[in-house]
Amino acid sequence: MSDNPSSPTPAGPQAIVLAHGDVAHAMVAAVELITGRGDRFSPLSNQNLGAAEIDALLRERVDALGAKVIFTDLPAGSCNFAACRLLKDRPGLIVVTGVNLPALLQYATRGTSSDADAVAEAVARGGSALRILTGRPSAN
Amino acid sequence: MPIDLYRIDDRLIHGQVIVGWGQPMDLGFVVLVDDEVADSEWERELYRMGVPPEVGLYFASVDDAVAHLEEWRADARHGILVTGDVDTMRRLTERAPAIREVDVGGIHYRTGRTERLRYLFLSADEEQALRAMEARGVAIIVRDVPSARPLKLGELSGAAKTA
Repeated sequence: MSDNPSSPTPAGPQAIVLAHGDVAHAMVAAVELITGRGDRFSPLSNQNLGAAEIDALLRERVDALGAKVIFTDLPAGSCNFAACRLLKDRPGLIVVTGVNLPALLQYATRGTSSDADAVAEAVARGGSALRILTGRPSAN
Repeated sequence: MPIDLYRIDDRLIHGQVIVGWGQPMDLGFVVLVDDEVADSEWERELYRMGVPPEVGLYFASVDDAVAHLEEWRADARHGILVTGDVDTMRRLTERAPAIREVDVGGIHYRTGRTERLRYLFLSADEEQALRAMEARGVAIIVRDVPSARPLKLGELSGAAKTA
């Protein structure tokens, strides 16, 4: 990941992005391409893992990074259940589900805002980015 | 409308269950049969938090599931019953003869298990338990998502290799 000297110093430890298949790695790669701040995230996949193994993988990564924020893709998915399971014994941990690229881009460019504020801004940006666009009505 | 799917899946409730199977069948409720989850308020709340609010969610031990199965089978909504391991489904089918078909949807790698498919690893005991269910007349179907070709247990043996 590049180190962009014009960007603010990353605030706090990396956030984890845990998602199905290659989604997390692809989204973090896209964040890097767009902002050069892919280093604010640590991507993980649940691929080929049972629930207990996903729990163990995530717990290990959270502890290694001291992560305070986890983004997951699907509310009813195994990734999200694993992340929420950690809330039990990790006060202060924040889980955001339904993550999309606009949300991660917002978080990546968070500046020095607190985790809670940065997450709120990311959720607002990600939610508002989802919209229906249609072509111009016919001129007939 | 009987329960549409009886599934063994070590991820229990997750994307394949709620979205992959659930959306095409207009899923109305899920029964999660797991003694440990049924006994933990935290785990029950965890699953309630993630499952869409329009989908009913029931938690049951094997004993509870045996007691309430006919009630769930009479429900007008489409339902899925899921267990996290072979042994729980074995115990359930032994006491609930109404279950005639079981879908093996996902059992992942763990020491002592052999790879049969990308999403299916079985220990010798698990395979034996599945074959015992089959011998009792319960059809065992291996399929992770509805669009996949359903496989019978016998079709896996030739493809077996050590993980």
